[in-house]
Amino acid sequence: MTEEHKRTVVIPGETIKEGDAYLPGEGTEKQGNKIVALRYGLAEEHNRLVKVIPLSGVYQPRRGNIVIGKCNLITFNGWVIDIGTAENAFLPIMETPRYVAKDRLDEVMKIGDICVVQIFSVNGRGIDLTMKARGLGRIDEGIVFRINSNKVPRVIGKEGSMIKIIRDYTNCNITVGQNGYIWIKGDKIEDELFAKKAIMFITEKSFMEGLTEKVEEWFKENGGVKKETKKSEEKSGDKKED
Amino acid sequence: MTSNFKRPDGRKFDELREFEAKVGIVPNADGSAMYRSGETIAIAAVYGPKKMHPQHSQNPEKGTLRCTYNMNSFSVSERIRPGPSRRSTEISKITEWALEPVLMLDKFQNMVVDVHINIIQADAGTRCAGINAAAMALAHAGIPMKDMVSSVSVGKLDKTIVVDLSKEEEDYEEGEGPTDIPISMTHSGDITHFQLDGKIDSKQLMEAVELAKKSCEQIYEVQKKALKDSIDLTGGED
Repeated sequence: MTEEHKRTVVIPGETIKEGDAYLPGEGTEKQGNKIVALRYGLAEEHNRLVKVIPLSGVYQPRRGNIVIGKCNLITFNGWVIDIGTAENAFLPIMETPRYVAKDRLDEVMKIGDICVVQIFSVNGRGIDLTMKARGLGRIDEGIVFRINSNKVPRVIGKEGSMIKIIRDYTNCNITVGQNGYIWIKGDKIEDELFAKKAIMFITEKSFMEGLTEKVEEWFKENGGVKKETKKSEEKSGDKKED
Repeated sequence: MTSNFKRPDGRKFDELREFEAKVGIVPNADGSAMYRSGETIAIAAVYGPKKMHPQHSQNPEKGTLRCTYNMNSFSVSERIRPGPSRRSTEISKITEWALEPVLMLDKFQNMVVDVHINIIQADAGTRCAGINAAAMALAHAGIPMKDMVSSVSVGKLDKTIVVDLSKEEEDYEEGEGPTDIPISMTHSGDITHFQLDGKIDSKQLMEAVELAKKSCEQIYEVQKKALKDSIDLTGGED
């Protein structure tokens, strides 16, 4: 966190700003001429818009998010995928990149398979997924583990800076799902575990300022060797900071 | 204060027991908190919002709050039988009603927020300690809330109004005997929960509410501090 504007921790019901000059953003409400926080998190003011960045809680699915999930059930026209939300997500047969026969669904994904998918829509009835984009599909190799979804922006870093460091030092491909699932794929298991350790370090120190530098230091201390960046695939997670 | 009543532990009539609060003590929960008041310790853990099961209990209009209050068998000197009882079911319901007004669960249709409150050490005022811990745990879990809730029990011992009764005071039997009034209120002063066990006249009742208001303000400050301190912007952990 190296932003110029200061962030403060707020609790529900706390007045963040007073006066008519401010607009209520996400996680806030206007009461009279006060901007009041509606949830626990970091309050931030940007262009007179006040919002609260959540720090805890369960993952809230949003349209366009790239997530990692596990196939729970195969129905006649698609797959039910568990992406760590209250509602199960559905991936219809039409949203796969190639033609799949109705009786050959398990050739694409069996129950228990892990996949990278994108949220197509979130409506009252549930979540719809798609696999029709670059970087999406079934996961065959590597390790998948879970972190708190609120720490995903920290792991990705500003414009993907953090993820780039990890990739450079461990030589692994890393895909971060917005729901907190992380897929690491490297040539050696040791590399993958090293990358996982680095990510766990980031989640532990997620509120620290200048975390990117700290992580580089951590890599040097732990015997990481920076490798020349090969033209690795673009990782699919959202790149923005929060 | 007509009677020359003295509190057994030497506290002033408007003095709370020594109390503290802590947030994030259950690593597996989505949100958790501890609240201690004297010898009473309550731990609250929040799970969810998650899908309500069984389906027939789902509410398609808004999310549900489900509280479970439990007193551990070792929490009192005489072992109590573990498991739900008439008393714990009542307090679970009371806690739900005390917290529901501040929660904004309308976006969580068909879902449930589970709050588990465990009393690991009891010395009167467990429901209030439970509500205080639960309010912090809910905030910590990132549930949208309009305000915080603080809770305190006010009592009338003989003719004196005192705050935050201990077990010893609750068992006070002289004169008019003890009256126990647990009150929960939001920071803005709205009462969300009010119980009365005993006898009190309306004038003294108003006095009791005023005292509760004052005490809740103190508790709120501690809850706020606990939530803010759990995030160390200079490093450290959650």
